[in-house]
Amino acid sequence: MAKLTFSIGGIHPADCKLSRGCKIETLPLPPKVYVSMFQHLGAQAKPIVEVGDSVKAGQIIAEPGGFISAYVHSPVSGTVKSIGLRKDLAGFNVMHVEIDVEGDEWAEGIDLSPELVTAIPEDRDFILDRIKMCGVVGLGGATFPTHVKLNPPPGKKADCLILNGAECEPYLTSDFRILLERTDEIVVGAAIMKKVLGDCPCVIGIEENKPEAIAAVRASLARLGYPGIRVEVLRKRYPQGGEKQLIDAVMHRQVKSGGLPIDVGAVVQNVATSLAVYEAVQKNKPLVTNVLTVTGDCLPVDRMHNYLFRIGMPLSWIAEQAGGVPEGAVKIISGGPMMGKAVANFDAATVKGSSSILYLGEGTRRRQETPCIRCGRCADACPMGLEPFLLKKLYQYGDPAGLEQNAAQDCIECGCCQYSCPAGVPLLDNIRMAKAQVMGIIRARNAKK
Amino acid sequence: MDKVLISPSPHVHAKASTNSIMMDVVIALMPAIVVSILFYGWAEILVLAVAAVSCVGLEYLIARFLMKRPELFSGSSALVTGLLLAMNLPSTSPWWMVALGALVAIGIAKMSFGGLGQNLFNPAITARVFLLISFPVQMTNWTLPNGFISYPDAVSGATPLGLLKEGLKSGESIQQILSTNGFDSMTTVIRDIGGSAGEISALALLLGFGYLLVRKVVKPWITLSILLTIAAIAAVFHGIDPAHFTGVNFNLVTGGVLLGACFMATDYVTSPMSNWGGVIYGIGIGVIVMMIRYFGSYPEGMSFAILIMNCFVPLINRAFHQKKYGRA
Repeated sequence: MAKLTFSIGGIHPADCKLSRGCKIETLPLPPKVYVSMFQHLGAQAKPIVEVGDSVKAGQIIAEPGGFISAYVHSPVSGTVKSIGLRKDLAGFNVMHVEIDVEGDEWAEGIDLSPELVTAIPEDRDFILDRIKMCGVVGLGGATFPTHVKLNPPPGKKADCLILNGAECEPYLTSDFRILLERTDEIVVGAAIMKKVLGDCPCVIGIEENKPEAIAAVRASLARLGYPGIRVEVLRKRYPQGGEKQLIDAVMHRQVKSGGLPIDVGAVVQNVATSLAVYEAVQKNKPLVTNVLTVTGDCLPVDRMHNYLFRIGMPLSWIAEQAGGVPEGAVKIISGGPMMGKAVANFDAATVKGSSSILYLGEGTRRRQETPCIRCGRCADACPMGLEPFLLKKLYQYGDPAGLEQNAAQDCIECGCCQYSCPAGVPLLDNIRMAKAQVMGIIRARNAKK
Repeated sequence: MDKVLISPSPHVHAKASTNSIMMDVVIALMPAIVVSILFYGWAEILVLAVAAVSCVGLEYLIARFLMKRPELFSGSSALVTGLLLAMNLPSTSPWWMVALGALVAIGIAKMSFGGLGQNLFNPAITARVFLLISFPVQMTNWTLPNGFISYPDAVSGATPLGLLKEGLKSGESIQQILSTNGFDSMTTVIRDIGGSAGEISALALLLGFGYLLVRKVVKPWITLSILLTIAAIAAVFHGIDPAHFTGVNFNLVTGGVLLGACFMATDYVTSPMSNWGGVIYGIGIGVIVMMIRYFGSYPEGMSFAILIMNCFVPLINRAFHQKKYGRA
């Protein structure tokens, strides 16, 4: 069968899935965890515990701060040591709850047994409530609250649930490992979300460089026998896992500029989110764990890991468990090399969406910028069909109207342009600022109406 | 923890750099350069050397001492300009004329516009046209190939296109001209009868262009568009009046068409950014070249055609954009 892919732009970086053979290992508990109140898209969560309270793992410690927000649970059992500002990985001050770890006692009603529960609850509201109460957010990068995404506004209907198993970022292997090791749970999670969305068809999209995962999911589907779920093989191409690109690849539909996926009948969820949905609905287990990859081009392969971590473990503590920062690391990244964030504060705590600790060596240094030779590679690479060379110029000339006309606001910040530029021009740096400027203008204009 | 870098994403970079792209073009020019040296001998080596050294040297001197911005010097790009300039000149060109061409290419066409990436006109072609107008005698003094591969009756002679223009003026038909001069369009596929270095072997040029395509340095659209336009126009006119209008094969392999379509019109800086823009640009070049060949006073018009279409690139760029995601 033909491999699916998106229709505009894209690049083919070396996939460097060096840690693909590393089984998921469970990390021991650290002496302390720091739980961020801002680990989802939307409003910051409000702490409901006080200093000195003793908490159990899986207990709610913060409530949603708005409609688009999420519950936060304690990932460990212990005593609340402090509640206050602490620096996140980019160095910004964010409210954190500091907990001293004591033992490992879980809140009541949480099923920690490994048995697979395949019977899906009938009640749609029950399912959505469980997902909400367990603090499930999208784990593909944006950490959008899952219960909001699974509950389309009136008049909008899902035609297709797309499960994102592309993992198109180089180096990362956490999605690959859970697809191999937690296959059945992911499939049940998909069946649950499919049911919530009115029994629309479900496509699990996996890139061709993960044949073992494709085979495992197909075998699981045959075994569990949920109707209307199928695997589609995606071509290896970045950014295949971008929401808009994946919708284009799987459904041959394009989300209009400024629109939402549901406008074209699409709901996209990451495979890791599917696992979290399974645990929330079938096991009543809140989202307090996730899998991250420790990898990099300056790290020996025998020091690479895929870890099951508790949210709130400091990055530096996890790094120590894996033997510390390797010689020759020039940059430490949380996330993939294309869209991940350079870590400014290594003591920052992990959050729900943490996916890696990536050490990159000399090759990550930026090149000396030389004049643009108008080769057009940035425009060829842009999966949104934008012209990065033009947007950069318009931004530097201070032409916000021109930027809006040339769709700077459509940029998904995938980095393809800057990756491709032979002259080392910092295209995305400029376009990010241009995008912020145009978005501000659009918001101000809409507010006036 | 030791110091680490903090910068926004992306954190990795493709291998290709401006220098590696320029060196790919140099490699792609090698088959044609080797063939031209074999046929034209030491004279050709001299032209190539003078053009390359003066282009690179002038770019350095101008960037360093006139513009006072040494970072604008790009040796690899100047080398490409030099080689292309040499391939646009007869092997009999005197060294001072080649050096003057380099001054026009680098000094006027490139650096006065702001250097690499800023020029409106293709530097090597600007220089060729300047020399063609200023030194018509030297620029049309073609020697029949007399190089390391010996060729029995090596004398000075005109190019096929030049001979045709003269012959047609005196009232002969194309068939008569071709037969009296012993041309056969297939021989030019391997080596031209006479002409500038870059015009001598269609096969060598296509080999180099194939390398650029495989390395994804250029896309085929501009080149295909030029060649198909030329072929279509030639097919129509030759079909109507074969005695006065040359045919498809002849027009595709003679003169500067292949050198121009493969290496000059595809120059990044002076060609449109979008694929469809490139197609329009190529059609424009094809039409102009055939109008000059059929109806103009010059035997060949590739250089003029490219320069004229270079002027339209900013307008073409405004009219043709990439297909955008989610915007009909």
